[in-house]
Amino acid sequence: MTTRAHVLTAIAGIATTLFILRLVGRQQLRSKYALLWLTIGVLVLPLALFPHLLVTVSNWFGVAYAPTTFLLFAIGFLLVVVIYLSRELSQVEVHLRSVAEDLALLRASSEAEREDQ
Amino acid sequence: MKELRTLVPDFDLVVVDDGSTDATVSIARAAGARVVRLPFNLGVGGAVRAGLRWAEQRGYDRAVVVDADGQHDAHGVPALIDALDAGADLAIGSRFAPGADPYRVGAVRASGMRLLRVVVRIVSGLRLTDVTSGFRAFDRPVLELLAREYPAEYLADTVEALLMVAYAGFRIDEVPVAMRPRAGGRPSSRSLPLAANYLRLLIAILSAGYRHTRQRKDTE
Repeated sequence: MTTRAHVLTAIAGIATTLFILRLVGRQQLRSKYALLWLTIGVLVLPLALFPHLLVTVSNWFGVAYAPTTFLLFAIGFLLVVVIYLSRELSQVEVHLRSVAEDLALLRASSEAEREDQ
Repeated sequence: MKELRTLVPDFDLVVVDDGSTDATVSIARAAGARVVRLPFNLGVGGAVRAGLRWAEQRGYDRAVVVDADGQHDAHGVPALIDALDAGADLAIGSRFAPGADPYRVGAVRASGMRLLRVVVRIVSGLRLTDVTSGFRAFDRPVLELLAREYPAEYLADTVEALLMVAYAGFRIDEVPVAMRPRAGGRPSSRSLPLAANYLRLLIAILSAGYRHTRQRKDTE
């Protein structure tokens, strides 16, 4: 990697980390998700600072072209994140639905009571 | 609704308004029905479950679900009730059972339904002619089960509910009913193509079967 690419990667990593911390600070991101994304930052930053690490890891896995290792891990990680979020969303939908039903039933029964009086 | 009023006068009517913006609420009230109004659109499954939960909470012994588009002929209701009287826990108004008026469906829907019939028979042993019919009558114990666990997904809801009831060991009977052309509204095929919906349905069936076998293992 050239020095310029080096610096750019590092800046991107730091900027992302700061952005996530700010979201948490404004309470727009719950801490469990912040932890998720900060983990990536922590994992990526060493790669930016010591690019040779990637080559070493690639050699372990027997991958000839180092960037492939990076992409492989990135895709794998994102896949896990997306599946996790789908699961969370499904749960949220279930909760939302029961709340909506409860509201409708309460409204109807309060109407029924008013008519009985 | 007027028909229901006259044909089954000793039943209370409940209309579930699934977040509509038309005159549903006022029309239903004018006809003497109780209205359960959902704050936003939950889809057919959510609406049915809200209705069943109402019946369950209010201590009703039985509930009959009738579609709102006027397709379900109110004359079928007494037949469904008779089936409950005869010992069924769940009675299904079938469009295809012998004795029902021939009901025409498109090619995709027809083959999907045929496939479903076979799949349902394999996983539950039930020989039913119309597994997706929403025209159903429930006895109290089934009502209690479904008020708790009625599935929300469109189309999957009818089949999945059927399997839940079957796996819980209840008796399910079919009654031939007539269908009429819908009085209003569009077919609820939604944005997903029908074929995709049937695929989703298969996933729902498989997961229901999976849950069933797992529960059985747990109790052993």
